[in-house]
Amino acid sequence: MNIDLEAPYLPLVGKRLRQESSRDDRIKLGLMAVIGLYLVVALGAPLFIMLSKSLSTYRFDLAAFEFQVSDETGTNWGPVVAADALNQKLGVVTDEELVSSSDGRLAATKFFPDFSFRSPVHYRIRGTTADAAFLAGPTLEKGTEWRDYDSGTFRRVVLRPASSLGLENFKTYFSTPALARSIYNSVLMAAISTVVTISVAFALAYGLTRSCMPLKGLFRGILTIPILVPSLLPGIALVYLFGNQGVFKDWLMGYSIYGPIGIVIGSVFFTLPHAFLIILTALSIADARHYEAATSLKASKWRTFTTVTVPGARFGIVSAAFVVFTLVITDFGLPKVIGGQYSMLAVDIYKQVIGQQNFEMGAVVSVILLVPAILAFAVDRRMQKRQVALLSARAVPYAPKPNAGMDRICFGFACLVSLFILGMIAMCQIAALVKFWPYDLTLTTKNFAFDLMDGGGWAAYGNSIKLALLTALFGSLVVFAGAYMVEKTDGFRFGRSLFHFLAMMPMAVPGMVLGLAYIFFFNNPANPLNSIYGTMAILVICTVTHFYTVAHLTALTALKQMDPEFESVASSLKQPFHRLFFRVTVPVCLPAILNIAIYLFVNAMTTVSAVVFLYSTDTKLASVAVLNMDDAGDIAPAAAMGMMIFYTNVAAKLVHALIARGLLARTQAWR
Amino acid sequence: MRHAMSIEPTPVSNARGAEEAHTPSPYLEITDLWKSYGDFVALRDISLTIAKGEFICFLGPSGCGKTTLLRAIAGLDLQTHGTILQGNRNISTLPASRRDYGIVFQSYALFPNLTIEQNIAFGLENTGRPKPEIASRVAELLAMVGLSAQGKKYPAQLSGGQQQRIALARAIAISPGLLLLDEPLSALDAKVRVHLRHEIKALQRKLGVTTIMVTHDQEEALAMADRIVVMNHGVIEQVGSPTEIYRHPRTLFVADFIGETNQFPGKVLPDGQIEIGHSAFCCATEGFAADDIVTAVVRPVDIIPHGADAHAVNAVDRPATPQNLIDAEVREMEFLGMFWRTRLTAPRLGERSLVADFSVNAVRRLSIETGAVIQVEIPRERLLLFPRGA
Ligand SMILES: Nc1ncnc2c1ncn2[C@@H]1O[C@H](COP(=O)(O)OP(=O)(O)O)[C@@H](O)[C@H]1O
Ligand SMILES: [Mg+2]
Repeated sequence: MNIDLEAPYLPLVGKRLRQESSRDDRIKLGLMAVIGLYLVVALGAPLFIMLSKSLSTYRFDLAAFEFQVSDETGTNWGPVVAADALNQKLGVVTDEELVSSSDGRLAATKFFPDFSFRSPVHYRIRGTTADAAFLAGPTLEKGTEWRDYDSGTFRRVVLRPASSLGLENFKTYFSTPALARSIYNSVLMAAISTVVTISVAFALAYGLTRSCMPLKGLFRGILTIPILVPSLLPGIALVYLFGNQGVFKDWLMGYSIYGPIGIVIGSVFFTLPHAFLIILTALSIADARHYEAATSLKASKWRTFTTVTVPGARFGIVSAAFVVFTLVITDFGLPKVIGGQYSMLAVDIYKQVIGQQNFEMGAVVSVILLVPAILAFAVDRRMQKRQVALLSARAVPYAPKPNAGMDRICFGFACLVSLFILGMIAMCQIAALVKFWPYDLTLTTKNFAFDLMDGGGWAAYGNSIKLALLTALFGSLVVFAGAYMVEKTDGFRFGRSLFHFLAMMPMAVPGMVLGLAYIFFFNNPANPLNSIYGTMAILVICTVTHFYTVAHLTALTALKQMDPEFESVASSLKQPFHRLFFRVTVPVCLPAILNIAIYLFVNAMTTVSAVVFLYSTDTKLASVAVLNMDDAGDIAPAAAMGMMIFYTNVAAKLVHALIARGLLARTQAWR
Repeated sequence: MRHAMSIEPTPVSNARGAEEAHTPSPYLEITDLWKSYGDFVALRDISLTIAKGEFICFLGPSGCGKTTLLRAIAGLDLQTHGTILQGNRNISTLPASRRDYGIVFQSYALFPNLTIEQNIAFGLENTGRPKPEIASRVAELLAMVGLSAQGKKYPAQLSGGQQQRIALARAIAISPGLLLLDEPLSALDAKVRVHLRHEIKALQRKLGVTTIMVTHDQEEALAMADRIVVMNHGVIEQVGSPTEIYRHPRTLFVADFIGETNQFPGKVLPDGQIEIGHSAFCCATEGFAADDIVTAVVRPVDIIPHGADAHAVNAVDRPATPQNLIDAEVREMEFLGMFWRTRLTAPRLGERSLVADFSVNAVRRLSIETGAVIQVEIPRERLLLFPRGA
């Protein structure tokens, strides 16, 4: 090569070339804007509003109000006095009482101890600032104009707090030991559950990939069962097994199942499938050549295990650990049922919002709960990137050799865990079918008479199915179209990475946080979308958003496997991209789309955390009914409703398998 | 950029001039085209004119920018700078869908869920053509690529070579003015490759479609192209017909990339000679000054064997007295089917050995064998000089 120094340099005069946009480009840009807007409205904006709420403090500013009182004639006015001057003199409102919430109200009559609503005395009130607000009955008054009231009306005048931005709420939070304690509790529970779950999951995955134990397929099926039930259900099962009337109560040697013990056992139950599947994948890609090398070096079994097996799966293990940690720390259903007095962050949000109507404090707990979830998520993303690099090496799959002793141990362990899972489900099933466990075991269907109970009845079950179907339909549509935009369009690089970022975010946002953020955002009369508050629509949007990330990644993986030149071929043949999309992209990705749909369906059936803030009397849900019936002490009906969810999900899985087989046989003949 | 001078510069430019004179209007004109990825310049100052109906090969080592140039022509990756005219229409910034070309990718990018027929029909549908017309066009195309019986199958059921032909049929279905092929044969095994070379070339002749094919295989380019564009590191090294490129490489890179070379460091002497090792050789030294440092190149096939006594034997074959005769000892011989490849050492050439290809006939006639000392001629006009950087 001989490029001289005089070689011409790129003529950089001014104008950069820009490709003329085609109709396709404009349609794609429009679509991307629509779906991007969806994510902003359904995720970005609500979270932002919530963050700002957590920083908003409300406090009565007494210096901002002035009064004047007349004599008996109602026309001769006395001197003007400020509310804080009156308070200094009388001491009627303490400093603590001045701290308020967005809903705070302070009666004006408090400052007039000798007030009588039948007297002819008139009262005047005005603000000293334009923002000072008070209510006279239902009407909101603001500003520095004097307003006159007779004593009958003045009785109904209340002052409104002034809002300001600051870290006051966080200070209050951390100085309230009962609240701050939850951080410790939540982290502790999550950590213990993670260690236990990962150990069990690893042992199981090891047995399934490295031994020749029988019935592997069956165990694999049993291990995915917990995904099909709400996390409330293991709580209910534990109540029946180890609760006050529990048959195995004695096993706990005096400890109560209500609290940490129950939380850990239940968490292991519902997080096990997630950890198991991740570690199983990590172990199945192991390279047989490493094992051959270890054998030829005469490494002992234990050395092979510690130097080959564990390091090979370490990214999978770490990834699974983060998933479990996040699931436990953000879960609400289980600690609500079995947690007893043991306070956890996710339950605190519920208590603050539903119990005490303290939305600001709910927002504070939410922000605190976001921290570990986002941290876990960020670390996990980095791990995943490195695992991919590991995967791309061409590996020879490992085939285990029979080893009677080892195989027996693995089989025994898998049986034990399966017994645990099936036992919990069976317990709920029995409880749902008998009159009064464990004293009266006559069979009955009365526990399924949901309409006789609070919680929403069979209508709630119907709503849940409607929600799950709509979520599956609408969700697969939005998610797949969104993933297509991210993966298969060129240009708009900034828009695409922003979009991808938004799509990855829901993974790190706990359901409770999302639900609360929705209250703040949608339950605001100033929001044009306010009308969907309390409808099925908001439940669908919330659920799709809540489970967006996994679905997005599934779609992305499927799209990445398609030849990147399909789009180029289509445009060289002058075909619009949507023709390619519907004739090639969608049919080829159909298996992935069906997987997304069933994933969304199952999760919409079982989810409690986000929707518990958003349902209305018309849109009660089965999973929420489980929670509410359990709360009301109707534990057997709660178990029955939980089982209904389980049956529905099993049925949905079967239908999915049938459709997948039937439809794919027809549309995927080419495979 | 400064080009190395070939030893016979005049015939080259004459041939080119003549060619351009009788080819009509240029069909594709690329002017001053650049493409950079951040700081990395993938294409540098590319200018190229292609006539209607020509078969052009972009040839160069992997990573030299061939695909980038092809994609710029297709509108799939916009160039950073430069204009492209196709049939006098400025297409520089048009989106791919508004340009006029068909393309075949290395991966073929056949739609896996559509049958062969549906794949070929993909570009024909949606254009207002009646169904029967589309069906007959598809049948015609299938016959053209010799796969009439396979229409109902799916791509995965066909062999690589068959898939390649389907991709070609799909690309030409819309009768594009320009056909772009990106390494269309590189995924196939050698036998199918040679066979398909001929098929593609025959099809191109029949349709008369202007074609650009990207390849890194010089043999493929020499066999198929009307003109070859040799590229290296994002620049065009030389444009010319296969024989021109082979006979008169304008740079050392081209000489080395196309065909094989023996290279010797040398120095230009006065009166039409150069010094290699410690001896002088006759050579065309136009364009060089005395004492210029050069690389002298001779191809193995150009070396003429003369047995023990050159003057006696070759007086019949060659009228002129052989120049540049050297004594060489045969060190190794390798039979390659069509010819013998030999490695020679010659004291006059210094340390370096000389690779020479001798015909089977010559080896027999001159009793060339390992260990024999023979005379070989490095023909004056086949000894090429290229300037060597300081
Ligand atoms: N999208 C891209 N970003 C950065 N560099 C690229 C990109 N595409 C190609 N290149 C670089 O441009 C050079 C030319 O690539 P290409 O045209 O594909 O070569 P080839 O001649 O093998 O077809 C290579 O060095 C490649 O690394
Ligand atoms: Mg290439």
